[in-house]
Amino acid sequence: MDSTIAILAILDGLSYAALVFLVSVGLSLIFGVLRVVNVAHGSLYAYGAYMAATISLLVAPISPWLTFPALLIAALIIGVFVGGLLETFLLRPVYGREEVLQLLITFAVFMIMDNLQRLIWGVQPIFAAEPVRLLPNVSLLGVTYTSYQVILLPLVALGTLIGLRYFLRHTLSGAVILAVTEDREAATAIGINARNVFLITFIIGATLAALGGALASPTTSLVPGMGTDMIVLSFAVAATAGLGQIEGAAVTALMIGLARAFVIYIQPELEVLVPYLIMVIVLLVRPMGLFGVNKVRKI
Amino acid sequence: MGALLGAAGLMAGPAFAQDKPKEVKVGIATFLSGPASVFGVPAKAAAEMIAEEINKKGGIGGVPVTLSFIDEGAGGEALVSNFRRLVQDEKVDVTFSAISSGSCQQLAPLAEDLKMMNFMWDCGAASILEAKKYRYNFRSQANATPEMLAVLIYLLKTKPDFKTIAVVNQDYAWGRESWEIFSTALKQMKPDVKIVAELFPKFGAPDYSTEISRLMALRPDVVLTTSWGGDLDTLVRQAGQRGLLRQSTFVLGIGETSLQRLGKDLPEGLIVGARGDHWFLHPEMKNDPAFKAFNEAFRAKTGAWPIYSVYHMQQAFSALQGAYEKAIKTNGGKWPTREQVVDAASGLEFKGWGRPITMRAEDNQGLEAQLVGVTKADPAHNFMVLDNMMLFEPKSITTPPGQKSVDWLKTLPADFYKMNVPTFKHGG
Repeated sequence: MDSTIAILAILDGLSYAALVFLVSVGLSLIFGVLRVVNVAHGSLYAYGAYMAATISLLVAPISPWLTFPALLIAALIIGVFVGGLLETFLLRPVYGREEVLQLLITFAVFMIMDNLQRLIWGVQPIFAAEPVRLLPNVSLLGVTYTSYQVILLPLVALGTLIGLRYFLRHTLSGAVILAVTEDREAATAIGINARNVFLITFIIGATLAALGGALASPTTSLVPGMGTDMIVLSFAVAATAGLGQIEGAAVTALMIGLARAFVIYIQPELEVLVPYLIMVIVLLVRPMGLFGVNKVRKI
Repeated sequence: MGALLGAAGLMAGPAFAQDKPKEVKVGIATFLSGPASVFGVPAKAAAEMIAEEINKKGGIGGVPVTLSFIDEGAGGEALVSNFRRLVQDEKVDVTFSAISSGSCQQLAPLAEDLKMMNFMWDCGAASILEAKKYRYNFRSQANATPEMLAVLIYLLKTKPDFKTIAVVNQDYAWGRESWEIFSTALKQMKPDVKIVAELFPKFGAPDYSTEISRLMALRPDVVLTTSWGGDLDTLVRQAGQRGLLRQSTFVLGIGETSLQRLGKDLPEGLIVGARGDHWFLHPEMKNDPAFKAFNEAFRAKTGAWPIYSVYHMQQAFSALQGAYEKAIKTNGGKWPTREQVVDAASGLEFKGWGRPITMRAEDNQGLEAQLVGVTKADPAHNFMVLDNMMLFEPKSITTPPGQKSVDWLKTLPADFYKMNVPTFKHGG
């Protein structure tokens, strides 16, 4: 392989990894704190995308630059309202019950949201590419890239990683979340409201999923079933990283993104297989995931 | 007494069978969920519209048509169970199944076992009718072989000097089979062409950045894709954003369904196929008042012009009507038995919203014309329309009965593409 292809593959891999990280880190965070495997995470991704496209198409005639804040607003609407409602009314009653029950509930939510999505937005693909068009293209080694994909998306992912780390390790709210994650009983005994911690964490995780969808929306067609693919990939990333591992999710997303890009250049037949091949190999060697540790720290 | 009634019932059976029923029940398998609902939902809307129109005119042979739908999106066992329910519980008279070739592969043998007349109304895999001779299964449209061959011949006629080609198809049966047909015929007719990349991204892939980077680095003269729906939209838009559509000649094997959605994002000069002679501005049909009325009514109902799955649905209904009318005529004006309708369907010629179609008697395969064109801007529409349209006669590009498509393609002479094909200008 020559250096040109290597550079191109690295750029493509970074862009892909950024989106995968944003979605999978939310899933990982929710599992780390709530111990709930949220199958509906894929729906939150899809709703974030659809909501972003809807708002973007509304505001674009006023000023195309408004489509950028539209992405963030869409993620917040879905994360806070939909995420908040899901946690409060569906997950809260089943904390402490069998894991399979929680899994079934989130799966049911996923199915319902998938059908609702078709009722609200229909089945025809929707595309709202204004943010990509507004930013200039960049050229490297004779290949044109959109700066939205190779600059903006990786920057947002990096910002999210740093922000989350700072929030959890250097703020009181973050410390409270960590305390509940470490030992819920002890945290409750010293006066921490675990219920609020769960709600806030779920909202953050849901917002991250929706943000992933919102940021993906200008580059891809929004179609029925788009959440399904993303949830499967996110599970692969979260499991490979070790459930609950934020930095692990970043490294794994990067690993999968780069491996996928290199494979497309060298052996495209293996593209679909790459994320799962990495997952299987890692879990065979380290069943708790790359960064997972047994009962020490979850996030 | 019971035995007596039973015997009377048995004796009366054949006579009742030829009495006019209260309704002709049509069971339709289509995608109502999942990515392929981009075809299935418009087709359902079309079926409802067509049935309403048939009933307004007195039904089929004076009998109204009623519809039941099952969702192909449910897939696998659920689809098979629902099909059985349609036939055995709802007692439909005919089924239209299905869009996906996988669904057709599953349901055709079942329809045969149940002696249920089935029109494979949209699925494209040629192998279904090439592998086995069916009595009850018919295809009311073409299959992937003529569809791909028409696109290839159009490319060879209009861009004869290309040296390199790459393919980006969805990684599932259609993506693989359509490329096998295209590449096999290409090797026969232009063996010097170099295939520089064969990319099969995952079905439903949300991102083609890496594939596009690779194609930009490889600089193929032609890029073929037979992808559809959101996958095609994403690929073409991402390729457009990065200038790939200007660098290579893009061939969208079944791109007709995406034209309205892609709007002005598409440049001029892309080669587009339509899985049949389907185009709402069909050069030979566009001035037909009935065709225009159908298109307008569909647009009023759904907000979009009809796409090929809508026209395929019309063809299934036209075939059904044609079969019943032929059978009634053969039966001296009396209502026919189901077996008589099946007999009538064999070799039937009927007309949808394009050139006439024949379901040839040897293998029940539909012989349908193919329309291929090139994108062109038209101020009257906010999306690209088709120009320089070629209309291919079906007989010359469809695998002869009794042969397998790939075997037949390997026998094509190098000058096969030099056949005479009429060309039509947009608006001409």
